[in-house]
Amino acid sequence: MAVAALPNDTAAVAGAPASYWRTVAWRLSRDPTTLVAGGLLVAIALSALLAPWIAPYDPNAGSIRLRLAPIGAASHPLGTDEQGRDMLSRLLFGGRMTLVAGLTPVVVGFLLGTVLGVVAGYAGGLVNTVVMRTMDVFYAFPAVLLAIAISGALGPGLPNTLLALSIVFVPRVVRVAESATVQVKGLEYVAAGRASGAGVAQILRYHLLANVLGPVLVFSSTQVSLSIILAAGLSFLGLGITPPAAEWGLMLNTLRQSIYVNAWVPALPGLAIFLTSMAFNLVSDGLRDAMEIRG
Amino acid sequence: MTAPSPGPVLAVRDLQKHFPLRAGVLQRARAWVRAVDGVAFDVHAGETLGIVGESGCGKSTLARLILRLVEPDAGSVQFAGQDVLAASPGTMKRLRRDMQLVFQDPYASLNPRLTIEDAVAFSLIVHGVRRRAARDSARMLLGRVGLDPDLYGRRYPHELSGGQRQRVNIARALVLDPRLLVLDEPVSALDKSVQAQVINLLQELKTERALTYLFISHDLNVIEYVSGRVLVMYLGQVVESGTADALAEAPKHPYTQALFASAPSMDPERRMARPPISGDPPNPINPPSGCRFRTRCASAMPECAEAPPALVSVAQGHDVACYLYGGSPAAGGSPPRSAVPAATTA
Repeated sequence: MAVAALPNDTAAVAGAPASYWRTVAWRLSRDPTTLVAGGLLVAIALSALLAPWIAPYDPNAGSIRLRLAPIGAASHPLGTDEQGRDMLSRLLFGGRMTLVAGLTPVVVGFLLGTVLGVVAGYAGGLVNTVVMRTMDVFYAFPAVLLAIAISGALGPGLPNTLLALSIVFVPRVVRVAESATVQVKGLEYVAAGRASGAGVAQILRYHLLANVLGPVLVFSSTQVSLSIILAAGLSFLGLGITPPAAEWGLMLNTLRQSIYVNAWVPALPGLAIFLTSMAFNLVSDGLRDAMEIRG
Repeated sequence: MTAPSPGPVLAVRDLQKHFPLRAGVLQRARAWVRAVDGVAFDVHAGETLGIVGESGCGKSTLARLILRLVEPDAGSVQFAGQDVLAASPGTMKRLRRDMQLVFQDPYASLNPRLTIEDAVAFSLIVHGVRRRAARDSARMLLGRVGLDPDLYGRRYPHELSGGQRQRVNIARALVLDPRLLVLDEPVSALDKSVQAQVINLLQELKTERALTYLFISHDLNVIEYVSGRVLVMYLGQVVESGTADALAEAPKHPYTQALFASAPSMDPERRMARPPISGDPPNPINPPSGCRFRTRCASAMPECAEAPPALVSVAQGHDVACYLYGGSPAAGGSPPRSAVPAATTA
């Protein structure tokens, strides 16, 4: 137990009791791994956000004479790519695309999936069967295959990538939200709410959502890293972001052939993908531990 | 019945609930669990009616049926002359102010994301009371059940002990100022010393607020202590009903006798070499024919297997469903029909 005093210890309970979110924040502040990963995420997000101001060069301006400059080259700290474009600038701009492609589908999945899952779980019966079996259809395909199939059918481009990935993530969130709802629905405090005359809306708002959102939020945060990897994967295959725009997966693909000329520059976008998805995973792990209610 | 008041607060008739056991792809009902099978009784204003029976005899289902948290298959429930089962949603919401339930599990019965003062205030907010006024009432009631609102009001359930949570549950049930409180094993999950405190609190509140209790428990000592009248249930049916004293002094039904005999005693003279009944109750999915207790009964007779016995009066206000006391088969082989004379609703 964190700040909470022992229940029977009446001497120690004096003073302001900690609220739930304050307890969560306190636990997070004592978790160095999550703090470092969170700091890294903030840095990545800021650098992507501020890319137009902090990037030293135009990410799309190349130079025939300066192709594949090594890391640490004069005036190009992270080298240049196969068309002589500044790698640092491209990584900064590429982060914007990758983060948008990684976060948007998960946010869409979280919103839509929670609504569908809670409705299916609370209504039960036929509604539940229809919603859940439909989700199972999407589940029948591996995530990568499904994303490739959808964006292959829709054609490349950012909007289609977002749509394809959203379709991948909605069913996953629905499952988690549905099972959490079914579990909470059977608890006595929901029956107590009904016994006091509360309507469906009030039960959903005060009793169900409050207890379902936590686990769904934690689950969704674990999916961000997967979404980033999938988005980069689609671009790598030529189904996502189209050149010449900078995107980490796409950069990885175009630099692939240069790996024998200069091994370190092509590794940079891969490293960026790795660090970002790792940071998201660590933060969601920390969040799960901190949000757990300990009796 | 020795009813001083004109009509009962609660009149239950032939209440029945069979839960389907589903199996297969099409989820058809393959079997039915006869959780509550033809239960009838009255609760009069100001009394405490105890309901006692082993685990799985349908006590908790009965509580949920009365409050219409589970819809019964058949039977009727009348609260102060009003038909609960036929009530419209609007009427039902109003009725819910008058009949409240205290749950058994102090852990699952409080929302972990609401502070206890919000948990208690929630019922009032549902009924249209302003948030601030609701919170004030909640804090007052928390104080009454022995939880200082300044100390505990903003706490979350996981920061409280089982006994404290049960006090919160009681406050939540009372905040709507009900007339009838259904207590479903309110102290079973608590330590003995805490049990006594909570029972005493319940007794005080009953006098203070002129409440009527329907007290469900498997613990005979508790039931004997709190109840005026007692109903003994076995596999979804009432086997005996009478005043707590009459049942304690002269239990008639072999099951009641066995229950009282198996209650632990402090008197070494009364120590038992072996329990008076053993084994678990039969499966309610496929209950024994005739009298449901006959498979564990020491005095089972051939006719017990044929038809279930109806409740017969053995003394003023003391009914037994057993052939040993000259009971006749219940009409049409159906469960006991009338535990009490037909209701004359006010």
